[in-house]
Amino acid sequence: MATRKIITRTSRAAEAAREFTFSRELIPGLSEDGRAPEFLRAYRQRAWEAYQALPMPTTSDEAWRRTDIRGLRLGEFRLPQPDAYLELPGAPASLLHPVADEEQAGQIVLLPGGKTEAWLDAELARRGVVFSDLATAERQHPEVVERILGQIVRPEEGKFAAMAAAFASYGAVVYVPRGVQVEKPLQSILWAPGASLAYFSHLLIWLEEGASLTFAHESASPTEPGEQTLHAGIVEIHVGAGANLRFVELQSWGEHVWNFTHERARVERDGTLDWIFGALGTHLTKNFSDLDLTGQGASGRMSGFYFTAGDQHLDLDTQQNHLAPHTTSDLLYKGALRDSSRSVWQGMIYVAPGAQKTDGYQANRNLTLSNKARADSIPGLEILADDVRCTHGATVGKIDPELVFYLLSRGIPRDAAERLVVEGFFDPIMQRIPFEGVRTRFQDAIQKKMG
Amino acid sequence: MSDLTIKNLHVNVEGKEILKGVDLVLTQGEVHALMGPNGTGKSTLAYALMGHPNYEVTEGEAWFKGQNILELEPDERSRLGIFLAFQYPVAIPGVSVANFLRSAINARRKAENPDDKGIPIPEFRKMLRERMDLLRMDHSFAGRYLNEGFSGGEKKRAEILQMAALRPEIAILDETDSGLDIDALRIVSEGVNALRGPDLGVLVITHYQRILNYIKPDVVHIMLGGRIVETGGADLALHLEEHGYDWLREKHETVSA
Repeated sequence: MATRKIITRTSRAAEAAREFTFSRELIPGLSEDGRAPEFLRAYRQRAWEAYQALPMPTTSDEAWRRTDIRGLRLGEFRLPQPDAYLELPGAPASLLHPVADEEQAGQIVLLPGGKTEAWLDAELARRGVVFSDLATAERQHPEVVERILGQIVRPEEGKFAAMAAAFASYGAVVYVPRGVQVEKPLQSILWAPGASLAYFSHLLIWLEEGASLTFAHESASPTEPGEQTLHAGIVEIHVGAGANLRFVELQSWGEHVWNFTHERARVERDGTLDWIFGALGTHLTKNFSDLDLTGQGASGRMSGFYFTAGDQHLDLDTQQNHLAPHTTSDLLYKGALRDSSRSVWQGMIYVAPGAQKTDGYQANRNLTLSNKARADSIPGLEILADDVRCTHGATVGKIDPELVFYLLSRGIPRDAAERLVVEGFFDPIMQRIPFEGVRTRFQDAIQKKMG
Repeated sequence: MSDLTIKNLHVNVEGKEILKGVDLVLTQGEVHALMGPNGTGKSTLAYALMGHPNYEVTEGEAWFKGQNILELEPDERSRLGIFLAFQYPVAIPGVSVANFLRSAINARRKAENPDDKGIPIPEFRKMLRERMDLLRMDHSFAGRYLNEGFSGGEKKRAEILQMAALRPEIAILDETDSGLDIDALRIVSEGVNALRGPDLGVLVITHYQRILNYIKPDVVHIMLGGRIVETGGADLALHLEEHGYDWLREKHETVSA
């Protein structure tokens, strides 16, 4: 697809001159001992080169027009020291609690400085399911990692994708062999506290033909007022033919975190993906979430919710790419905004030539709770086939005072009334979330954000 | 015994005076009808008593339980025991009837006791089922988003359901009969009648006599040009039905002219 680029030489040059201070020596397994397998070293070398070659994005780049990252203090970030988790705040019990409310079949907790806690149901391991942190998977299942790494998201897609690909030491690998049904959910958690730190993460989720899985991933940290922390991440998802993945992704980063992620799911013939995306934290987020429906009959549903306050800035870029006939996509993102926070949703449905009988839907609904909050909602269609159904809708509205009056007239105080209206606004999204734990987490966040 | 005593109430809407000195005593335990032609200020009185921000009180008082309710926030008026059944209730997207009512009940409990943990779910469900049965509502109603996609009759029943669940001491029914077919009108009226008692005062606002066949008023007030111009017994409504409002217009407009 053609992206329009407007290049303003002066500002671009000034921004491009700004650089992070990460050196090649920080790339895991690349330099120090040569123990990493050749394919990994090649991948990270390639990513490193892309990272060096790519300029910092600026608002002159179409995808970054509404997100200005000049405030990011590039020089101040360092990687967490080994065993940094011993010095930093620990993860709250509520975070470690399963968000998918059933009993789980495995959990990975990634802690600062490389400490990992992980377990997997022994029977699943016996049947060939791989579920471990990235470093362990590289050692124990190099053939799996080789097969799936970098297949969906390319390091060259952007500065931050390249950084994450090169430096990621917080990662999880979920691999489900052909035909294996994982009945109970798996969960991974990245706990990334601290200030002036850089966290690079890489998630690989791979379902072979006919496999099925429910997987929840959450990133979280406590807010460090006045500080900055950087997160760059890649999420690569493959849903094989006839496979079925339910993926719940929650970010509750501290409000000092600058977060950049490149995520893409590829769904093959008759595969289904139910992708739930919740964003509550960060100071600034730029997120790319792409759904590639590559096989006939593939379908994907994307459900997003976000709630921003203070000066949070959330920029969500979604793509629903119908690359084969008879594919179905359904996106609903809903967001509420308080104070002077801002959200951007930019969504595109693309239908490739020949991708007939596709059905694409996208809707973005925003509720602004203050006059200073701003939501930009930009839907888009690019349809190169002639027998398709594609619809979209985008709205930005305020709380209707008549609704509030009605609730007041029933004795509900104003703050509770507004909370109820906001909860009601999100209810259609909540209905799409099959996990009590996720719903509760989000409802708690609404309570907290509504003050 | 708490009456609602309205004294010399003046209300502006968008800078225009609509109520021009309303005096009315709504006695607890009684049903009063407020009748009058369209545009005469009946609904304005209802909204002003509930505290809608677009209705500006410029003069007057409304006393209930020793407080001038016009000085209270709408939610405080509600918790004090005032209820308004809206003529056009708004839809609350994403909020179910049950969730809404539980929130309203819990708000009352919390106002009385800040440590209250809310009504126990089984108790709430039992109460709600009883009240829905009273109004011949299907129990699935509780799970629907409040007023969203409701028919006219369903909206009015939902209003009376709220009244039945919240147990006010003063209930103002603003044109509850409008848009109802005869069956729905009967059901809604039976619901109101079932709630009648010594602890409830009802003000039935209507411009048709029809609803008063089902909800028998103790007192009938006639409003014209922003004032109560006549007060009488149930027979006053019948007289209106027969003779219309013209005789009143002649009588009072002549006087004020």
